[in-house]
Amino acid sequence: MEPLSAWRARLEETTLGPTRRTTPAYYAFVGFLLAVLGWGIYAYYVQVRDGLVVTGMNDRISWGIYITMFVFFIGISHAGTLISAILRVSNATWRTPITRMAEFITVVALTTGAIFVIVDLGRPDRLANVLIHGRWQSPIVWDVTAVATYLTASVVYLYLPMIPDLAFFRDRLATKASSVKARVYKVLALDWKNTGRQKTSLHRAIAIMMILIIPIAVSVHTVVSWIFAMTLREAWNSTIFGFFFVAGAIFSGIATLIIVMAILRKVYRLEEYITERHFVYLGYLLAAMAGVMIYANISEYVTTGFKLEEGEEFLFRQLFVDEFAPFFWFYLIGGLLLPVALMFIRRFRTVGGIVVAAVFVDVGMWLERYFIVVTGLRAPLLPYEPANYAPTWVEWSITAGGFALFALMITLFVKFFPIMAVWEMTEERSEVLAARAPSPVEEPA
Amino acid sequence: MRRTVRLDGALAGVVLSGAAAIAAAALLQSLFLVFISLIWAAVFGFAWSLRRAAADDDHASQPGAAELVVRDFGTFIDRRTALRMVGLSALLYGPFRAMPVVLERVVGGSQGALQQPVAARIRQWTMIIDLRRCDGCQSIDSPPQCTLACIEGHLAPEPMEWIEVFEAELEGEGTRFLPTPCQHCQNPPCVNVCPVAATFSTPEGLVLIDQDRCIGCRICMAACPYDRRFFNWGEPPVPPEARLADYDLEVQTPARKGTVMKCDFCPDMVRAGTLPYCIQACPNDAIYYGDLEEDIASNGVDVVSITRFLADHDAFRLKEELGTQPRVFYIPGHGEEVGRDPQRSGRLPTRWPWTRQAEGSTTWSR
Repeated sequence: MEPLSAWRARLEETTLGPTRRTTPAYYAFVGFLLAVLGWGIYAYYVQVRDGLVVTGMNDRISWGIYITMFVFFIGISHAGTLISAILRVSNATWRTPITRMAEFITVVALTTGAIFVIVDLGRPDRLANVLIHGRWQSPIVWDVTAVATYLTASVVYLYLPMIPDLAFFRDRLATKASSVKARVYKVLALDWKNTGRQKTSLHRAIAIMMILIIPIAVSVHTVVSWIFAMTLREAWNSTIFGFFFVAGAIFSGIATLIIVMAILRKVYRLEEYITERHFVYLGYLLAAMAGVMIYANISEYVTTGFKLEEGEEFLFRQLFVDEFAPFFWFYLIGGLLLPVALMFIRRFRTVGGIVVAAVFVDVGMWLERYFIVVTGLRAPLLPYEPANYAPTWVEWSITAGGFALFALMITLFVKFFPIMAVWEMTEERSEVLAARAPSPVEEPA
Repeated sequence: MRRTVRLDGALAGVVLSGAAAIAAAALLQSLFLVFISLIWAAVFGFAWSLRRAAADDDHASQPGAAELVVRDFGTFIDRRTALRMVGLSALLYGPFRAMPVVLERVVGGSQGALQQPVAARIRQWTMIIDLRRCDGCQSIDSPPQCTLACIEGHLAPEPMEWIEVFEAELEGEGTRFLPTPCQHCQNPPCVNVCPVAATFSTPEGLVLIDQDRCIGCRICMAACPYDRRFFNWGEPPVPPEARLADYDLEVQTPARKGTVMKCDFCPDMVRAGTLPYCIQACPNDAIYYGDLEEDIASNGVDVVSITRFLADHDAFRLKEELGTQPRVFYIPGHGEEVGRDPQRSGRLPTRWPWTRQAEGSTTWSR
């Protein structure tokens, strides 16, 4: 068996890799993302200048893909919580190499999601009114509260386990990197010297945060669902809405993690650390959550569809038969049944197969969020013809800008921060080695 | 001497109760700010403890994280750390609390002063719409006069019909017309969800909107079960003279881009002793306006006792089962008292009367 020091040296080189080499392809990709983001910002400028009239929204379908994006991205943010906190609590050590990515997706997705609420506002210039005149009875204020708390907590939860790795970056890059960068690593690493007391302190802090962050995450997507469930709309009048949203959030979060993992693994050659096993385990989790989602859908649609109260018929028709039927069936079959089916067939239980399933899940879940927002608003409240909604170029541009921002933040992150938890992986490796060989293992410097 | 002592005591009492009130309000309003402050205080406290531990070279092997939680959760926060955390969160909490006040000083707009009635008895405004007398203005070959008068009186942006005449199917054959203003609910879903109290209930039972405070999140439009709220999607299409008015939330003029509007029940007009525009314009005198408190209502021709009028004619309210408790009552009918044939369906579309629009304004469709 390879000695720990050699193994660690190789891991360090792999982790430092992205910060050392910057390929032309990287610059091209960042340039592309910046271009898309810039186009989105231009579209937003048009929207602020002319008002929301440049969108496809109207008085009767007054929320559209901005709120869809908000719900979708806040959902994506549950990747970090699940993979990192829940698996950490349950002592599943296989998650160690992928926790950093998951935690970072959480922070980035939350930021992107929160931006879309502001994009949706008719008067973004009066955003401060939420602080000045905030009413604690309003679901919007619950959301501001919950998302702000979750963002704070998840930044901390990303940062704490990164401290020893930041110290490692400080030690290795201080001589070569520019003085600004060196100083930033130095400040962020908080005098980390890998002493015993520091380790105890860090372990405790992480342990507290990992337990704290789980109820926060669950509450966040519950109150997101309450934006809808607290109104008198037939389609949203559901007691399982909170659960439905949280389950969907974890579901799409895992799918996004799988996609991001696959890309980073390929680009930065992390195959030794992020193995097929990781994809298969996450694939199982994905299939399990798909099962939960299928169950939630059955609960929701069978209980209301069996009775078919006044108004429900319209909702059912537009989803299952009329306007939204093709995409809704795509969501049910491609987004929910397909991932389960793929995981049952051994032939597809590969990295490629699981990534395909994850892409289907993300597309399906985006559509599901869209249906929740738009079909709920479309049902007529008084005797009038149902309104229609079609997003305009402004909305699509800002949406594309949102996705570009999400990708850009991840792309830049890997350039400056360790993408894997080097110290945790080393700790676990040394435990494994210690269990195998009775002789004491050399402590890594 | 004694006088001074008593004054001091009173002063202390005032100061103490003031401090207690501030503390209670802060606690109620800002639990999440406290929570965030605590998290950050914990981070700073943690950074501090890392710095202290840096000098220590203890290399003893450490138990796993989960074990530590179970075993050491109680001892993690010693007294000094706790004090430090409290102190830091207090330091952070101050700016958080001060921020809204500072922001209000810097950017806070003028809050339209709502005029409270001086009279000892508070009016409880109510509308009764007699559907037996509504023919959707078919007999005079015109778009509904109530809608037109409302638009002209309020300079309502196109295409907002604050009182909109819907055509509903009857149980048998034919249709009936249903003029629908804001229902002025006593348990208003829109007011309940508004994050900034831009829409609010008045003591007279009206639901109004402050377009100077509205942030345009549109959750009230999602919440309203009567489709009675309208959004200024662009620069509101109003006649040029509308821009000259001083803003007043009771008349909602001038309209503001990116905010919500709706029927306001014309509180300024009834205070001046006249009936709202829609009632004055109705050719069949189908709409009554009155005061539940005094139990009296008028359509401009007759005066009725509200309670008796409602009971005698089996009045109903829209979507009563939702528990919104509207202030608009309907007397069932389909225009039979003014000779309307229920088989004849359709009403003329509403037109906006002004020929010129204010500069830069845009029109949208509903």
